[in-house]
This record gives sequence, structure tokens and C-alpha cells, in this order.
Amino acid sequence: MKYMMLVCVDPSVELSESERATIGPDTEAWVQEMDGRGVRVQGNQLGRSADATTIRVRAGEVLVADGPFAETKEQIAGFDILDCADLDEAMEVAGKHPVARFGTLELRPFVGG
Amino acid sequence: MSVDAATAIEQAFADEWGRIVAGMIRRLGDWDLAEDCTQQAFAEAARRWPREGVPSRPGAWLTIVARNRALDRLRHDRMRDARLREAAFQLGEQSFEEADVTAPEADDGDDIEDDRLRLIFTCCHPALPLEGRVALTLRTLCGLTTVELANAFVVPEATMAKRLVRAKHRIAGAGIPFRVPAAHLLPERTAGVLSVLYLLFNEGYAASTGSELIRVDLCVEAIRLARLLVALMPDEPEANGLLALMLFQHSRRSARADAAGDLLTLEEQDRSRWHGDEIDEANAILDGSLSPDEVGPYRVQALIAACHANSPDALSTDWHRIEALYGRLLEVTASPFVKLSHAVAVGMAGRLDTALVLVGELSDVGELRDYHLLQATRGDLLRRLGRDGEAAEAYRAALGMARTGAERRYLTRRLAEVGGSPPEQTGASVI
Repeated sequence: MKYMMLVCVDPSVELSESERATIGPDTEAWVQEMDGRGVRVQGNQLGRSADATTIRVRAGEVLVADGPFAETKEQIAGFDILDCADLDEAMEVAGKHPVARFGTLELRPFVGG
Repeated sequence: MSVDAATAIEQAFADEWGRIVAGMIRRLGDWDLAEDCTQQAFAEAARRWPREGVPSRPGAWLTIVARNRALDRLRHDRMRDARLREAAFQLGEQSFEEADVTAPEADDGDDIEDDRLRLIFTCCHPALPLEGRVALTLRTLCGLTTVELANAFVVPEATMAKRLVRAKHRIAGAGIPFRVPAAHLLPERTAGVLSVLYLLFNEGYAASTGSELIRVDLCVEAIRLARLLVALMPDEPEANGLLALMLFQHSRRSARADAAGDLLTLEEQDRSRWHGDEIDEANAILDGSLSPDEVGPYRVQALIAACHANSPDALSTDWHRIEALYGRLLEVTASPFVKLSHAVAVGMAGRLDTALVLVGELSDVGELRDYHLLQATRGDLLRRLGRDGEAAEAYRAALGMARTGAERRYLTRRLAEVGGSPPEQTGASVI
């Protein structure tokens, strides 16, 4: 079963010094472990949400806006596509991600399996 | 219907419903179809057993009829879904006339017990909303209908139906597996299952809403499920502890209220009306194979309940032991409710002033601020200290928070004992 794992963080949350120092290597280790297990199909970090561009077509007219569509406290900082046996495995994989310690990971199943 | 057939169907429903549904869910992966066809099998039994006699193995008969109904349905649905088509293929065709239902193992050798354990863990999966876990467990394992569930939880039928549908959709949509969790998840998940069963029991025992003080049916269902869990996981000390705890509490059901339906404290209850057979069973569970070092929260609570159950009268209750056990419970659960019970035990052990200090420390805890029993406990302690004026104040505060009619009548009675008059009705004071 495929899941989109959205990695969400609240940008106003200040990380401790040790957390800042370990988040990079910890994430790297997580990627290696999950790639090795074959549960991570792909993933990436996303740029600042302030750099997002929003496109809408209304009445045939293309409306372009800067910034994210929804102003929410938590923003999507990255994503990973997981291919897991079931939700239990996806929960275990997400639970091991270092961002889970201070952010929120959302597991959304793919409709097409 | 003949008495024999009616009894047999009732018995089969209690014994076989969860078994059949669980097996069908594993084979079909379709919860609604599994339930519907099991329901149809029982309806067919109700029609045919009185006429044709009760089959020698009712469970096997019902299983085969349920499977045949599923096959019919799948055929009529023109097998839209490839997955279901495959399941139907695996199910095979076997009419119950052909099947040898007298054979010792008429089933196809699948591990049925495991199916029910799978079903319990799936229904109680942490990714389901708590309400959905409770409802789904009762629906699929105990066979309670949507109407029965709606009545038991005092919600409209449509609300309960939605709750069940959402939970089932979520199992399929989110990818919740139909299986017993892997070993490393088992302790955590087992604790989750136990908490659903205890919540269910308490819903029946304390009846948080409505005027009925005790809804025995939910307690009975919770005990049934705990028995099932113990049978399926005999070495799980906390499952045994929970079953013993429920049995002790349930054994007092006939003595908990007076003729008018008012709540009676343990001190006031007529202990001859406690169900001795259930107390014996609970004692036997606690004395069983468990090592005395096990200090899981359910086992400790069961040991506390045992102190009450095995005491011939209220006066001989060993409150020092109960106080010590609550101390142990506090080591594993720092819940403010346990702290309150600990304070009660300290008071009952005779240290009223210490207990009053402990209760005072809890009055700022958010979870207890609107909890009538905190104020009721304060009232009881102050009453026993002879501080009637303050006691009346506490009882009045408790009255404002009590949720059921029986609780309010109890508090009004206590208030009268310390010479207080009940607070004016809200509404009457506002002009």
C-alpha cells in the first residue's frame, strides 16, 4: 500500500542546539535505512512555503498568487512516498523519522493503491 | 418457536457470531458483507431450526450458510471487484447439505481463534477514533445491532450508524491490517485493547449519561470480551487482571443501589447480595499462574477490588493494604483520578487530615476541577472531621457537577446529614 508521508513543521518552533545539530545526520540515516528496506519510493525536502506559487483557473482566467494556498501554522517541509505492507508498517516508518520528535507526519494513502 | 430451538439460537449467537464474522472478514476483506451474511445465517436458523431440528454442530451449520449467502451475493454483484472475485474463488462452493457438519472439524482447518484475535486488534487499532473502536468491537465481536448500540451509548441511531461506517471505511482506506500486531507492537497494542474493554465496562458500570445507574448489558459484553481475550492470550497478565477487576466490580451490581435506585457506598451495601461465584472466579484468576511481582495497573486495581470483595463487612476492610496498593498504582499511572482514590484510601485508613491535604492538592488539577467526586470526597472527609459547615459547602459544589439523578440524590442525602439545604435550582434563582 502506498502512502504519501507529508512532513509538517511549525516554523515558529525553535529547535534546541542539539536538535539542530542532529536533525541532518538523523534524517540522512532514516533515508538510508528506509531506502535499504525498500519502503521509501522517493522523497524530498521542499523550499520555503513563502516561495510557493498558487495557480487557480476561474472562469477561464488563470489566477496566479504568491505564497501558499492555505495559511496554516504547520507547513509542509518535505514529503516521502512510502510503499508499505499496511498502516502498521507506515506508522513505524513515520515514527522513526527525526521530524516526528517536534513536527507532525501525516500519512495519506494513495487512492490508486 | 420451540423453546429448544430458541435457546439454541441464543446460545449460538453468543458463541458463534464473532467467530463467523471474524473468519468471513479474513476471507472476504469486506466487513459489511461478512456481517450481513452472518446475520442472514442466523435469520435462516430462526426459520429452519424449529422445523428441522437444531443441527448437531450449530456453529458449523451457521458458518456454511453464511458462506453460501456470501457466495450468492458475490455472484449477484456480478463480481465487479477483482479482489472479491478472487476471494470468492478461495471461498469455494460448499452447500451445507453436502457438508459433513457432524465431522469433528467441519471447518477448513483455518485457525478460527486467531481470526477473532485479529478482529479484536483491528477493531481497537489506535488509528481509529476511540468511539469507533468501541462501537466496532461490540458490533463485530458481540453482534450488537446499530439500534442496540445507539441505545447503549444514548446517541441517535443515525449517529451510531455513521460511526460504524466511518470506522469501517477507515480500516480499508487507511490500510489498517487485519492481523495480530507484530511482537514489538504487541505490548502497546494489547494495552490499547484492554483500555477499550475497560472503557466499555465503565460505560455500563458508571452510566455517565442518562438516568439508569447501571447498564448491565455493556458490563456483560465487556466481561465476555475480556474472557475471550484471556482465552486467546492466556499468558497476558494484564488481560487476566482486567477480567478479575471487572468480575469483582460486576459482582456488586445487585447491591449498588437501593430500592429507589439511589447509589449506595461500599459501606452501605448489603454484602450478602454480592455475587459470590463471581468473586470466587476473580480470586481464582488472581491466585492463578501470575507471579506476584506483576504490577500492571489492571492487576493492582483487581487486588484493590479483592480487598473489598473478600472483606465480610465494611468495618473489617483492610484500608492500610488498599492505601499501599494505591501507592503502587500511582507508580505505574500518575492519573489524577488514581491520586484521588489514594486520598480516599488514606482517609479510610484513619488519617483524615492527611487525606484532606491530598484532596486539597488536587483541587487545582484541570481534569478534576469539574469532577463531582473530588468535592464529594472533600465533603465526606470534612463531615467525618465534624466540620459540618465546610462539608455542606463541598457537597453543594459536588451537587452542581453531578451528572446522574442517582448521584444527585446521594449527595442531597449527605448534605441533609450535615444540616445543609440543597442549592436553589438553576433557573429559579435567575429572574
